[in-house]
Amino acid sequence: MSLDLPASASAAPAPQADAFDAAFLAERAAEFRDQVARRLSGSLTEEEFRPLRLMNGLYLQLHAYMLRVAIPYGTLSAAQMRALAEVAERWDRGYGHFTTRQNVQFNWIALADAPDILDHLAGAGLHAIQTSGNCIRNVTTDALAGAAADEIADPRPYAELIRQWSTDHPEYLFLPRKFKIAISGAETDRAVTRAHDLGLHLRREGDAIGFRVIVGGGLGRTPRLGSVIRDFLPEADLLPYLEAVLSAYNLAGRRDNKYKARIKITLAEMGETAFREMVETEFARIRPGFPPVDPAHFAAIKARFPAPPAPRAPVPLPPALADFARNLAPHKVAGHVAVTVSLKPHGLPPGDATAAQMRALADLAERYSRGEIRISHDQNVVLPHVAQIDLPALHAGLVAAGLATGNVGLLSDIIACPGLDYCALATARSIPVAQAIATHFRDLGLEAEIGELRLKISGCINACAHHHLGHIGILGLDRAGVESYQVTLGGDAGDAAALGEIAGPGFTSEALIPALERLLRAYLAERAPGERFIDTLRRQGPDRFRAALYAGGDDA
Amino acid sequence: MNENVIVRDDGFHADDWTGAMFEIDPAAEIDLDAALAAPLVRVAFAAMTDGRGFTIARRLRAAGFTGRLRALGPLVSDQYRHARKTGFDEIEIPPALAARQPEAEWLRAAARSRRDHRSLIHGLDATRK
Repeated sequence: MSLDLPASASAAPAPQADAFDAAFLAERAAEFRDQVARRLSGSLTEEEFRPLRLMNGLYLQLHAYMLRVAIPYGTLSAAQMRALAEVAERWDRGYGHFTTRQNVQFNWIALADAPDILDHLAGAGLHAIQTSGNCIRNVTTDALAGAAADEIADPRPYAELIRQWSTDHPEYLFLPRKFKIAISGAETDRAVTRAHDLGLHLRREGDAIGFRVIVGGGLGRTPRLGSVIRDFLPEADLLPYLEAVLSAYNLAGRRDNKYKARIKITLAEMGETAFREMVETEFARIRPGFPPVDPAHFAAIKARFPAPPAPRAPVPLPPALADFARNLAPHKVAGHVAVTVSLKPHGLPPGDATAAQMRALADLAERYSRGEIRISHDQNVVLPHVAQIDLPALHAGLVAAGLATGNVGLLSDIIACPGLDYCALATARSIPVAQAIATHFRDLGLEAEIGELRLKISGCINACAHHHLGHIGILGLDRAGVESYQVTLGGDAGDAAALGEIAGPGFTSEALIPALERLLRAYLAERAPGERFIDTLRRQGPDRFRAALYAGGDDA
Repeated sequence: MNENVIVRDDGFHADDWTGAMFEIDPAAEIDLDAALAAPLVRVAFAAMTDGRGFTIARRLRAAGFTGRLRALGPLVSDQYRHARKTGFDEIEIPPALAARQPEAEWLRAAARSRRDHRSLIHGLDATRK
């Protein structure tokens, strides 16, 4: 990549938009149009239509249909971001909501418009296939893939291989329950591989690439961290091994109770040893006859992911941008950083972006990040390849678009699910609670002082916001018609993955914020120099913090 | 119609099978040797959302089953290609479903492209089965 080339001229092509996929997506959009027509004519009953609609990403929510569009491995081109902006504007209420699984959700869709929207998305190489339903879902990965300084290898070619393998796989479209795969390619796990049905952690042994295979993680009503069932699975065994896991699960997973149907329950009920044996037996049976991945095909996949930019002379961050330093991550190439654009401005719904902001991000990506955009697990947007020298100009552009909040990793960088404001499953509101917490601590002027804090708020037990993995997790429940917020402490989504422990009885929405303030003031009083909240909590144990939470009672 | 209907690539048929039939219930233990020796194996689907039969069919074919393989149950035409790709030759559907989803829909489903990412991955012809 030449240093002098104008960035817009080197915009990366959409990695999954080749001719085969283009034709496939067009066919699938036509098929869905036909399914909608057959539902309306009565040929398909509602019960038959439901799994077909879910497989195309269309949920029936509280007020309208919600369309969940996949962003495979979180990688978007500028043109694709503009296509999302157009969906938001033409068919929704002017915004979209980015999720923890690198999808974007449109919350106000008319069923009759869905085929047109899918056509429009297919034109940009985007789709909603397998973003819902009891099938293999969108494969997620590290938002910093291809850029992170601590990367072992770019995980996206493997994620794309798995996407292709799992797309419309005839055997695995009607599994006992949904199946989520995440893959991490760096030393630090930024893809939450231990909280997925199947997690892959890329490793290198000498010259060989392989994967640590983790199965049976998941949150929801039975949170569980995944178990390592293979420590080093050679690269060439990846697909047959996935086949072995999936076909074993398809047969052995429970179908009598949807709350016990995830693979984490299959594994827990069978026991790790028996489960591993079942998978390995099937693997041994199919491995010899399993056709290898065509090397030319895999080379073509790899070629879709451009190499990182050429090194530039390092430039120190101007003092005026000191607060923005939190949004910057180290890059593998000198003179560059990966910039996280926070979608968590204080007081607004976490993870939302307006059509205008999506277009601004597309423009800025073209100008300063080779046209590449990522969606992070934390519901933020990442511009992965920014030259340090361009930071002041990029920052100015972000300020103009209302996207320059410098709060990445802080208390207000909250993960929240849509909650009772949108979701048919929710038992409590989550977005308004997130907004109230963010503005409260900003107004106290304590946010920067508190430092890194991972706060996650789910509006029901299904745990879409991963509250079990928050340093502080909040779960909104319904207690006899009143919202009650249960606090968990000590969760961690990173390398030291841990499930938080419930602190005690839930709080009313009014009592929650004072309780959190007492908790965090206790941390400020107890912390040793340089300690984050989670570090102090681990060192001291939860008693001191539980006492602070409940010093005002649970409804005071 | 009050008989089950057999659906194949060329449309609806009455059941013309008169020989021995080996029945598989995915919930029960499967006698693989007996299945492999049978001229026709019929795999039951309790519901369209119960996909165990697809794995059973694929495993039977992988184990060398060359007889006729039939899916039995309320599968919809949208699942026709999944049934064919996993190794089924035909689907036996209940009469009420055949009345609601007429032959033309199944013919359309059978004619629909079986474009397949997995063939692409393995360097095989990706456009047809």
